Amino acid sequence: MARYFTDEHEWIDVEGDTATVGITDYAQEQLGDIVFVELPEVGATVDKGGDAAVVESVKAASDVYAPITGEVVEGNASLEDDPALVNTSPEEDGWFFKMTIGDKSELDGLMDAKAYEAFVAEL
Amino acid sequence: MSEDTLEDIHPDDMPEEQVLPLDAWHRAMGGRMVDFAGYKMPIQYAGEHLKHGGGIVAEHSWTREHAGLFDVSHMGQLLISGAGAEAALEALLPIDLSTLEVGMQRYSLLLNEDGGVLDDLMVSRWPDAFYLVVNGATKWDDIAHLREHLPDDVTLNHLEDRALLALQGPEAFAALDRHVEGEYPLSALVFMKFGHFTIGGVGMSISRSGYTGEDGFEISLPAADAEKIATLLCVEPEVEPIGLGARDSLRLEAGLPLYGHDLDPATDPVSARLLFGLAKSRRETGGWMGHVTCAKMLAEGSPTKRVGLKVEGKMPAREGAIVFAGDTEIGRVTSGGFSPTLGYPIAMAYVLSDYAQKGTELEIEVRKKRLEAAVTPMPFVPTNYYRGE
Repeated sequence: MARYFTDEHEWIDVEGDTATVGITDYAQEQLGDIVFVELPEVGATVDKGGDAAVVESVKAASDVYAPITGEVVEGNASLEDDPALVNTSPEEDGWFFKMTIGDKSELDGLMDAKAYEAFVAEL
Repeated sequence: MSEDTLEDIHPDDMPEEQVLPLDAWHRAMGGRMVDFAGYKMPIQYAGEHLKHGGGIVAEHSWTREHAGLFDVSHMGQLLISGAGAEAALEALLPIDLSTLEVGMQRYSLLLNEDGGVLDDLMVSRWPDAFYLVVNGATKWDDIAHLREHLPDDVTLNHLEDRALLALQGPEAFAALDRHVEGEYPLSALVFMKFGHFTIGGVGMSISRSGYTGEDGFEISLPAADAEKIATLLCVEPEVEPIGLGARDSLRLEAGLPLYGHDLDPATDPVSARLLFGLAKSRRETGGWMGHVTCAKMLAEGSPTKRVGLKVEGKMPAREGAIVFAGDTEIGRVTSGGFSPTLGYPIAMAYVLSDYAQKGTELEIEVRKKRLEAAVTPMPFVPTNYYRGE
């Protein structure tokens, strides 16, 4: 399994033909207490860099973008009852949705863990 | 001509970079600084040293249960003095100063000729002056407006060398009472009263008031002593620093409007339902700026009203969201968010007055979805002011 990161602070785990998407620990820390997550519908097509989900903290709503193009196959039902999972376990239990991989080459432009760590250190 | 002289001639011009007296203290306390009202201010705090753990919800809950220290030094503290000060202020504010005794504070509104709200503010009577606290983002415009309309024999002093701290919460009294000495015991300082006290030799004015709905105090003190006093208060077991984020969620729960969001020049005191800001004795007689519009609204009713909305579900409705009754657009959300105390989203909106009755079922559009919402009396969370035994 390979994990990639975007400069908008999403992570994407690739396993075979599907991928799991969430937001990074850095992102949840910046957003603060998360009170609601609006997930894309199963079957929806999301475009690389396009709106995919919305995460609401106490203070504001923020868009979450799709790291790659594909079709949403599952949303994380746990977030409905416990959106704070995004705060407590952003890169594990607090994942947002699973999707198909429309074009594997889109992964090439994303960062690996080391590159993302360096990217965050610069912010 | 030196630059200093230029500044003296144009004192209303807002400086480009302003630093709060507690700037370094906030950073040392783990404050995450953001731009606000021309300053860098802490939106929230983080760090192991914090008893509340940091973050808006933790800070919000801490204030509701214990005591939170807020730095509100960005707000404008003004002194209006001179023989004609009382009459001159009454010509601008819909306030009856004849009933405002020395040592008392009252809420009022700065209105333009059309009755539009330029700011909301607190007015206190000192023995020889009136002390005003105005909003930070509007203070330079307020000062310009006041200078333009106050007669020459009335003096306006902008107390830029003073800081303002708010200590809010059910345990605020216990923490503060350990430190203050004053003209009378702190227990005699009831809601909307104002007195002179000292802490460790530092003189300060303290009012029993605030912006959270809780019992609490607002403390005006020399900027040079702000760090010492803030540190001393935060050592108390009840007290933790609280950022702007929780200040906003607390005031929303208390149903208190925020200038620039729920109030602006396009709103008026009647639509905003701030009738307590219009002195009863002067609603008909007038003689204050904006009276004509307000009198008409009072007589005929305002076309829109500010209401509280309880939003169904978990998705918050934010400022700018459109409010519907069926297919008809009837209003707009001016403040909205998730209520940490109640566990559901709440909002303030201006709606057509026909839809302002308690219990009216409405819908709010958020990202092309309709959220159900019901008109709810404010405050959303009961207030806890101390009015005496």
